[in-house]
Amino acid sequence: MKNKLESIREESLRAIREAADLSGLDALRVQYLGKKGSLSAVLKQLGSLSAEERPQIGQMANVIRASIEDALKARTEALQSALLERKLQEEAVDVTIPGKKVELGARHPLQIVWDECVDIFIGMGFQVAEGPEIELSEYDFDRLNIPEGHTVREWTDTFYITEDEKVHLRCQTSPVQVRVMEKQTPPIRIVSPGRVFRKDEIDATHSPMFHQMEGLVVDKGITMGDLKGTLNVMLKRLYGPDTVTRFRPHHFPFTEPSCEVDVQCFECHGEGCRVCKGEGWIEVLGAGMVHPRVLAGCGIDPEEYSGFAFGVGLERLAMRRFSISDLRLMFENDVRFLRQFS
Amino acid sequence: MKLSRNWLSEFTEVNVSDKEFCDRMTMSGSKVEGVEVLGSEISNVLVGKVLKTERHPDSDHLWVCQVDVGRPETVQIVTGAQNVREGDLVPAALHKSTLPGGVKIEKGKLRGVVSEGMLCSLGELGLTVNDYPYAVADGIFILQEDCKPGDDIRDVVGLRDSVVDFEITNNRPDCLSVRGLAREAAVTFGTALKLHEPAVKGSGDSILNYLDVEIANPELCARYTARYIKNVKIAPSPEWLRRRLRASGIRPINNIVDITNYVMLEYGQPMHSFDYRCISGSRIVVRTAAAGEEMATLDGSPRALTPGMLVIADAEKPIGLAGIMGGQNSEITEDTRAVVFESANFSGPSIRRTAIALGMRTDASSRFEKGLDPLGTLPAVERACELVELLGAGEVVDGTIDVIARDTAPTKLKLEPEKIDRLLGVHTEPAFMKKVLTDLGFTFDGDEMTVPSWRGDVSHYSDIAEEVARFYGYDVIPATSFKGTTAQGGLTEKQQTEREVRHLCRDMGFSETLTYSFMGQSDYDLAGMPKDHPLRDSFAILNPLGEDTGIMRTTLLPSLLKCMSLNAAHRNKDVKLFDLSKVYLKEAGNILAREEKHLTLGVYGEGADFFALKGCVEALLRLLRVKNVRYEADKSHFAFHPGRCADILAEDGTVLGTFGEVHPNVRKGCGISAPAAAAELNFELLWDRRAPEPLYQPLPRFPAVLRDLALVCEENVTVHALTECIAEAGGRLLREVSFFDVYRGAPIPAGKKSVAFSLSFRKEDSSLTDTEIEPVMTAILRALEEKLQAKIR
Repeated sequence: MKNKLESIREESLRAIREAADLSGLDALRVQYLGKKGSLSAVLKQLGSLSAEERPQIGQMANVIRASIEDALKARTEALQSALLERKLQEEAVDVTIPGKKVELGARHPLQIVWDECVDIFIGMGFQVAEGPEIELSEYDFDRLNIPEGHTVREWTDTFYITEDEKVHLRCQTSPVQVRVMEKQTPPIRIVSPGRVFRKDEIDATHSPMFHQMEGLVVDKGITMGDLKGTLNVMLKRLYGPDTVTRFRPHHFPFTEPSCEVDVQCFECHGEGCRVCKGEGWIEVLGAGMVHPRVLAGCGIDPEEYSGFAFGVGLERLAMRRFSISDLRLMFENDVRFLRQFS
Repeated sequence: MKLSRNWLSEFTEVNVSDKEFCDRMTMSGSKVEGVEVLGSEISNVLVGKVLKTERHPDSDHLWVCQVDVGRPETVQIVTGAQNVREGDLVPAALHKSTLPGGVKIEKGKLRGVVSEGMLCSLGELGLTVNDYPYAVADGIFILQEDCKPGDDIRDVVGLRDSVVDFEITNNRPDCLSVRGLAREAAVTFGTALKLHEPAVKGSGDSILNYLDVEIANPELCARYTARYIKNVKIAPSPEWLRRRLRASGIRPINNIVDITNYVMLEYGQPMHSFDYRCISGSRIVVRTAAAGEEMATLDGSPRALTPGMLVIADAEKPIGLAGIMGGQNSEITEDTRAVVFESANFSGPSIRRTAIALGMRTDASSRFEKGLDPLGTLPAVERACELVELLGAGEVVDGTIDVIARDTAPTKLKLEPEKIDRLLGVHTEPAFMKKVLTDLGFTFDGDEMTVPSWRGDVSHYSDIAEEVARFYGYDVIPATSFKGTTAQGGLTEKQQTEREVRHLCRDMGFSETLTYSFMGQSDYDLAGMPKDHPLRDSFAILNPLGEDTGIMRTTLLPSLLKCMSLNAAHRNKDVKLFDLSKVYLKEAGNILAREEKHLTLGVYGEGADFFALKGCVEALLRLLRVKNVRYEADKSHFAFHPGRCADILAEDGTVLGTFGEVHPNVRKGCGISAPAAAAELNFELLWDRRAPEPLYQPLPRFPAVLRDLALVCEENVTVHALTECIAEAGGRLLREVSFFDVYRGAPIPAGKKSVAFSLSFRKEDSSLTDTEIEPVMTAILRALEEKLQAKIR
């Protein structure tokens, strides 16, 4: 009987090792461990054994059963993992096929420059002020020291809404400064980005509507040195830390002293080339110390306070930044243009 | 303003390179636009004396010349010109010389005879007979200048010069003159300024025997100064004078006209000369034109004058457009024998308006329109008379007519060094300030200063600060950070939200557009807006560029549709666009507009339907925390499909926005063949209705129980009505009602539909049991049947 059990063990373990699939393994379980299986058949004969032999053989049979079960379990796991492996291989995809499309809308290049300029000044503690685009001449001209008869007041330059010239489309964002100064006591630190309107025919570099960002700082002891320092920070943030700037005298009615600010040409570094039209410098913005008369006109005592202001054209910044050669593209909104900025 | 550096050196000698000159002038406020180095294309061209001319042995038109060019050896040059005589001085381009236009001359042979260069015509040197009236256009330039063989031709014909082009700002008309720029240069470079005082000898007689001047409109002409020249001999001006005009970009004409132009360039004071014969009644009246008056200007164009335009008239008719251009009827001609010089001070805005109205901007008008020195008329007319005497162009009659219609008092200011320091942020010595200002022509009496008459732009201490800063050096002022009390910066909550809205739109696939605030009434047509629609009532621009940009928009829809239309025309597929911009609405009691920000979304192409767009609108409302809105069918909106358009209503019934599928007619008008949908939301109203920032609510401790409910109801019962009915009947236990399906077709009877909802029930303090939910479900079903005749399917 011992021999018989030994041979069941050897035979079953070999068969399990060699089983090719899970159903074959299941058949082996029935064949060896089932109620009518070979191990049961042997155990049914236990009764014919002596009382001495019975526990020995019984124990031996249990050991064999356990080893068959272990072998079955191990083989099942091996077969299952082989099966999964095969399935996964079959599920392999061509990873170079493009993904399912998630469309991302584009930022308008002007808005990119707008946000960037605003953020630079927010970082310096500025607020963003807004104001009407259909504006009173009082705010856009009179209180900015632009006298009657000045060329910007001509009907060839400014879009008028009323015959008496009291209301027009603002030609600069400066009236926002007046509106802020009128309401707020210093310290004032604002930028006012927005639309402005001038009577220019539409072409590659002109548009009757464009965008400016003006800035204004009014406080005690604000100097022209502060103007230079602040604008240097802005231009370095916009164009990189190596940017070289140049402040040269200029004229604006609402600032005195006034200046224009150039950055050294990025292409030729001041030698003169096609990009800078041989000048070595590119004009980027206008600025100056707020005219004391403008301060006084807004109820701010110029003996106590001083300020500086600046203005920059956002379209020109965007065009230079993205090498856009024709301003009209900005207002056409062709998605083939817009999507280049997503 | 073009400035000859040679001319400048008459008044101040600045011996620096062109580059340094330009850089430093720019930094002191006279911005340089460019430099032209005259004669830079000419090299190795010398004055030659023709010693001998012989016929070419093999040609009947060529001449072989022996030319002395100031060297030991004479050179042999073959020429085809027929005007060269022995003894003539001529420009000789030698072997390896260059001429304007990139021409290179080398030694060669002409029909077998060696030619060691070329004799030059005016044209070959880049000159014209206007420059040298004694020369001929079609032959060699026979020089009558004071020169000798071997001289460089550039020196002889004044081509050794640099012409610097300045961009002069509007406040500095005094710098539109050689003297003005000389003053700037002298202060910039610290060189001596040598200005010349004109002196006129005169010839007896009196101008009062010849002329009478009246200013009829003192507000438009502050001063009129005139002198009278008799026995005029019209002739070309001398070479030095023509050369300076030429360098300044002005064509020489004859001595009298050239003198007026020369004085304008030197003094910045435009002048005019009238042929005395043509001044009827010996009388000049400065007056505005009468209605219907006409006049031909010097350029030969007839000009229809309108009242308000200032003219110079004689006793009968206009003979000049004041400050712009003279009249053809009083032009200086070859046989002019007597001349009146005019040197006047006209009002800038008046000249500008007339020049713009007539479309003629001249050197004179562009100076007058900036406002000129009220004391500038007299020295200019004196200088012109001095030049007449110098050139022998006529006899200057004694006396000057100088009508001063308006007197201008000089501006006086106090020098306040500490205020200037405070503005600039640097300390400058008062002595330095005084030196700069004195050099600029300011005069001092202690700290009291008088502003020079030509500096109408200076009237305040801040103007003085700029004068000081310009010469202290803008580049020397240190860059500093501003100090001061703390101020709170940053975007407002609303500005921040605008950014978030833009982000969300982009995340949903919409690209940002930028459109004009103005448009035309036809753009409302494009959007299908009826002619009598109240939104047509837009702010109108009185002087628009064109009809298509004549009004300020009251809705963004037309702008959006135009963008979609443009993209469709370019065959761009599946386009999604948005815009967050202003509209301009009229409002009672406000002369300005109520400017509101609106948000539009537009989409065409695959899947561009009502519900796709509604999903985007709902996402935006969630972002904006706008709750409790209802959607109501809008069957009459001009731009949208009558069955697929909704208004978004607030609880109080305010319309917050409208969206829908674009009406097929509008789509057709825009050339969009694909399905299209659009939305316009009022950002201001949405912002006003945003819910407060949410507070944390504890997470539920007990699970929810879900029940699906499929109902059959009439077609006209809306999902909104069903939802409201369920929610009301569901009581406290019902936490959420979500629609998930609508079905039409068998086995549902025609005219009815099946609508499916998922209901979620929950209790805070325990799990729910079926026995608790059943009565609620029964109540819901009863309510649905009673109120909406909806039955469970």
